[in-house]
Amino acid sequence: MDLNILCYLIPALIMFCCGVYGFITRKNMIAILISLELMLNAVDINFVVFNRFLFPGSMEGMFFTLFAIAIAAAETALAIAIIVNIFRAAKNIDVREITKMKF
Amino acid sequence: MDSVGSIIMYVIIALSIVIFSVLAVTARKILRAATYLLFTLFATAALYFQLDYPFLGAVQIAVYAGGIVVLFVFAILLTSNPGDNSEKLESKKRFTGLVAALAMALVGGYALCTRCAALLPDMQSAGMQKIGETLMGTGYQQYLLPFEAVSVLLLACIIGGIVIARKR
Repeated sequence: MDLNILCYLIPALIMFCCGVYGFITRKNMIAILISLELMLNAVDINFVVFNRFLFPGSMEGMFFTLFAIAIAAAETALAIAIIVNIFRAAKNIDVREITKMKF
Repeated sequence: MDSVGSIIMYVIIALSIVIFSVLAVTARKILRAATYLLFTLFATAALYFQLDYPFLGAVQIAVYAGGIVVLFVFAILLTSNPGDNSEKLESKKRFTGLVAALAMALVGGYALCTRCAALLPDMQSAGMQKIGETLMGTGYQQYLLPFEAVSVLLLACIIGGIVIARKR
């Protein structure tokens, strides 16, 4: 039995769909951010798998994933700073409760 | 023909990716969701190791598992009581989410299954020296400019995080 490219892309697809489901259904802002991380991670897997299977000599997919990881880290740090700030102002991080921009 | 060991390894990794990512979005306790996310990220790192990208797997563990998940845990402990269950989903919202996810899975799965069938080609794992030269070079297919852009981005992110989260 051989492992072809689908064996790696299907788990990434399932991971991405889990991210979409969580992004739509969750109410807690941090849980939404966790779903977002799942989606970003699934996309990273896709870059690496396409690089490895279709262009095994070159390193574009790997470096794209490297930069995507760095940007995801920056984005998460900023989002968590915003969430902590919202919690301080509204005592709540439920997305349904936060309807005013200015307190 | 792959060896039996690598196939067993692959099955473990794929199963843990699928199971833990489903658990990460369905767990009622938010701290458990963060823990399942951590396991998913570890499984992804194992996938990178299995695909002969050891540097990428190490970066994944160091940045995601070591940095981002710790940040998540801190934010969860700061903003909510970790024992709390999130309230039950309204059935309408769950239905919307399931429809969106399943539609995406169907379209994506159909597109993948009808077009992709490449087998694993042989590849030498890129050495540390080649990775370093590619990351730091200015020539064709070398990445000094994005590297510097990311460093500026991280600096902006540090300053932005402090400005947003500090106490006024």
